[in-house]
This record gives sequence, structure tokens and C-alpha cells, in this order.
Amino acid sequence: MAQLENVKKAVGQNRTGIATAKKLSAEMIEGTQEFAPTSAGDEREVAAVRAEASSEAGRIGSIPPPASVKQAVSTAAKAIQREKPTLFLDKLGARIGFERSGTRLYEALLSKFDIHGSFTGGPSREELEQIHHDELEHFHMLTEAMVSLGGDPTALTPAGNVQAVLSQGAFNIVTDPRTTLPECLEAALTAELVDNDSWEALVDMASIAGEDELMTRFGNALAQEQEHLMKVRAWLAAHRAL
Amino acid sequence: MAIDLLKDKGIALEMQRFTWKELAPPTYSKLDDDAFTRVRVILMNGIESEALRFSHGCARMNRDLQLALARIRRIEQHQQTLINWLNPADQTPLETTIGFEQTAIEVTASVAQSEPDPYLAQVYRLGLLEDFDHLYRYSALMDRVEGKDANVLVQSYSDIVPGRPTLVQHRAPEDDLRMAYDRKTAALISKLHATTIMAGEHQTHDYYMNIGPTYPDALGRQLYAEIASIEEQHVTQYESIIDPDETWLEKWLIHEATEVYNYYSCVEYEKNPKVKAVWERFLEYELGHVRFVADLFESVERRDAAEVLNGKLPDPIRYESHRAYVREVLRKEVDFRARGTEIITAEEEGPDSPSVLYREQLNSEGSPTERVAAGYVWSPGGELTTRSNGNSKARPPAKKSTSHATGAR
Repeated sequence: MAQLENVKKAVGQNRTGIATAKKLSAEMIEGTQEFAPTSAGDEREVAAVRAEASSEAGRIGSIPPPASVKQAVSTAAKAIQREKPTLFLDKLGARIGFERSGTRLYEALLSKFDIHGSFTGGPSREELEQIHHDELEHFHMLTEAMVSLGGDPTALTPAGNVQAVLSQGAFNIVTDPRTTLPECLEAALTAELVDNDSWEALVDMASIAGEDELMTRFGNALAQEQEHLMKVRAWLAAHRAL
Repeated sequence: MAIDLLKDKGIALEMQRFTWKELAPPTYSKLDDDAFTRVRVILMNGIESEALRFSHGCARMNRDLQLALARIRRIEQHQQTLINWLNPADQTPLETTIGFEQTAIEVTASVAQSEPDPYLAQVYRLGLLEDFDHLYRYSALMDRVEGKDANVLVQSYSDIVPGRPTLVQHRAPEDDLRMAYDRKTAALISKLHATTIMAGEHQTHDYYMNIGPTYPDALGRQLYAEIASIEEQHVTQYESIIDPDETWLEKWLIHEATEVYNYYSCVEYEKNPKVKAVWERFLEYELGHVRFVADLFESVERRDAAEVLNGKLPDPIRYESHRAYVREVLRKEVDFRARGTEIITAEEEGPDSPSVLYREQLNSEGSPTERVAAGYVWSPGGELTTRSNGNSKARPPAKKSTSHATGAR
């Protein structure tokens, strides 16, 4: 009985399912039986329109030109020597944007922490500050790397744009005044998972491009990101165990 | 390209047709297209939105014009759709907002410089410095909340620095009305300017009212609420400069002429060939609308449409950076205020003036536009580029909290 009381206390007024409106939902189902579809076919129409649109849509955008004529010559030379150099710059641009936005994401998490505090086994402020610090450091390091390769670190590359659109949801969760710290850590988990894979890819690309120094620096950043991911996972596991 | 508003017949109404596929065309590229392509799309969406708004208002007051209005309005509905759907889905509402403010700055700057009536030019300059400030505030929001650089959208054409602080832009309604141009003596370009800027501002207001509550961050939500209020003031200001004694048909004719003028301006400057084709097509459509309304005007009012649409089509709106001009206005007029229909200096505004009392109350619990941009200096790539790693440790907590408190709600 005590357990039932606890469940009653924990639940609210959520109205989104049919179970909260049994009579109304029965009427809804009955309506679909009387009034049949007026359009023939099925959901494959969605795919058909996608195919039509894709043939005309063009691309999201292109890699920006090198920052100077000298760099343009250098980039052209490197293009001969290496495989897909523009892809490298594209992905580098994506990490610049992601780490910069990640810095702001952790600022929002710190706000959340300051408002709600943590939980047993959850993050301390110092731990969140450390990740914030790392993200900013990575942003600066990547900016330097981009400049050294002749790219423009302020440009939004196509890969950067894709990642920005993808991570918009994480921002929406972390900055929403109604969300809790654990809910925001779910957003951080999404970001850290993507970040880990993306850093691994960047290390690989630096290796293929023969940029040994960058490969080392990127490898160090990857190690830090792996640590971030482990921490976020541990915090969420601790919250589940509460 | 020389356009004659009354001699060029454009395309007949019955030939102005669309399909659903056409109405959702391939978009421009947020990354590759020139910022002024976005600016033109935003403005022309506003121009067509105003066409619909006016048409509905007119229909509600003029039984005999309802069918004629409905015919043109249906076409304009579809024109607006096609234009607005040129915006790409990867452009977030806040990014589009940056585009809206750049549109307000650069188009108003062009208009203010070519406006022959010195009072109206002054009114445009007053509004210009306010939208200029909004760009800066929204840029700070984008940078500080999302870690994005607004210059990705602005493309270095417009400065991202404070204008007349939004905090002091809040005015009592009686200080937002201006003197109207005289329909009998005003130059055609003055009428086209006024309708253009009113349309742009009205759409900006409506856009913020729609997307403001979709922003998740608390300060961002407040920011949209505050700036939307200024856009409402701007609509009040700009609609008041239009002679209210113009007849309904006269106003309709001016609206259609404004649309021609704007499409013509877009055609003159557009570099994206697909978007340019849209402007060219709709320029022809609008010439057809002018012809249709001019015939109606002449048959109903028994006067020559040339009395309203006098002279050749003025020089186009200049879609280019007006940085030097805006800075000059900023240096000279940032402290300007309004009292009734007059533009005055801050010193002339008494402490008990209606606008001062009004904004003191509104700002009494804090100003979102001030808070979002506290100490903000735009930097290429965002504010964080200037923050050294040593200073990157997050600021102290706003209120005390322990590491393991009771946050797992």
C-alpha cells in the first residue's frame, strides 16, 4: 500500500495518452472507422516527394575559399598530396563550432547546477567547470589549427552547419527554465557521444593528412572528451540508481 | 531597366498562376548566398504580407471592392508563399531574426538617404538607430547562449555594435505618432518609401510575436518580448507618416506601385539566378496588378491614375552596405528622442515626460536588452575567441548552492 501511495505522489496530470480520456479516445477510434481516407496510397508518398525535391534542392553550402592567395596556393599543393583536404577543413570547422557552442552548453549546465544543485553521485560544480574549461581550450586549439592550415576559423562550414542544426535540441533542453539537471545531463550525453566520435574522426584525418603535431593535439583532446563522456554516463547512472 | 508604372502592362491576372510544387521551391543557401539575398527575401515577404493585410482591411470596409481585392489577394498570397519558402530550413528562427534586423538597417539606411522630405528622412533615421541596436542585442544572445557568431549571417556588411539602447526606445503611444506626408504634394518616392518600411516593420513585429515564445532560454524569451514591443512602436510610427486622407483605392494603387518598385529594386541587385528569376516574374505580375487597380481607380474615382503615380519609377533601393552612413547617423543622433510628432534630443526630454515615465515602469524589473548584452563586444568568431583559457573558469554562482544538494527533482 505504501508503494501505491508513493506512485500516486510521483505522478501528475499528464493528459497526452488515451488512458486519461477513455471515452473520448473510444469516440476518436470510432470516427476513423466511419470516415475512411479520401486519398489513395500510403506513406511512400512522403519518400516520393523527398526524391523530387532532392533533385532540385542543391547543397547546404560549400567549403569557404582559403583566407589568402598564399594559402590558396598552399591548399592547392596539399590537395595534390593528400586525400580530401577540404573534407579535413570542413570537419575541423565543425569541431570549432561544436566546441564553441559546447562551452556555452556547459555554461547553461552550470546555471542549472547553481539553480537546482546536484544529486548524490551527480556532478560537482568543479567538475562541470573543468569540462567547460576543456571545451573552451579545445575551441582555441582548433582555431589555431584551422589558421595553420590556411582556413578561416570564423566560417561556418557545411559540416559545422549540420552539427549546429543537430545539436539545437540539446540547447533547447539545457536552456529551458523548466528542465532539471538530470534532464540536462541527457542533453550533455548526446553532445558528448557525438563529440567523441567526431574527435576520433579528426585524429584519423590528421593522421592521413600527415599532420603529426595536430594528430597529437587532437589525440589529447579526444582523451579529455572520453573522460567527459565517462563522467556524464556515471552521473546519469547515479541518478537512475536513486 | 526603365519601368513605366502605367505604360508597362506586365502579365494579365488570368495568367498569374501557381502550382503547389512552385510554392515550395528550392531555397537559397544560408552559407553560400550573399546576405543581401536573404535581406531581399525577408523584405519581399514583408511587402507581400502587407499586401494581404491591406487587402483584407480594405475588403472589410468596401463591399464593392471585395471581389477585385480577393482576386489580387489570392495571387499575392501565393507570391508571399513562394518568397517566404525560399528561406532554408537550416536557418534557425534566431538566425532569421538576425536577417530581419539587417534588413531593417540596410533598407532603412538606403531609404533615409534618398528620401527627399527632410522630416521623413529624420523619422527613418530615428527608427534606423533602433533596429541597429536590435541587431547588436540579438547577436549577443546568439553568441552567449548558443555560441554562434551572428556575422555568419551578416557577412560583415553591417556593424554589430550598440545603437540607441533599446532600453530608451520605449515610448508612450503619444510620442510614437509622426506627421503624415500630404498626399497631394508628396513625391511618389516618399509614398513608396513609407509603405515599404511600414511593411517591413509590420512583418518583423509579426515574426517576433510568432517565434519569440519558441525560444527556450529565459532571457531570449524576454528579449523577443521587449524588441517586439519596439517593432509595434515602429509600425505605429511608420503608418502615421502615410496620409490617412488617401482614398482606399489610392492606397491600393500605392501598395501595388510599392510592390513594383521593390521587385524592380530586387531585380537590379540580385545575383542568385534562381531568386532573380522570381523577382523578374513577380515584377511582371505586379505591373499587371498596377494596371488592374489603375483601371479600377480611374473608373470608380473618375480621375487619372497618373495623379497618384506621377513621374518615372525612382532609383532602386540600394542593396549594399551603408556602414559609413549609419555610423555618421549614430555619432550625431544616437541621443535623439521623440516628443509628440517632434524629434528632440535627450536633454529636451523632461524627467516627467510620458515616455520617460512609461519606460521607467516597463524597465522597473530589469531590461532584457541590457542584460543580454552586458559588456558585450562582438568579435570575429564570437566573444569566446577573446576569452583566454586562464579566464575561462565559469563565473561564481549567482546564488549559493552546495555540490550535492537536492537538485534531482
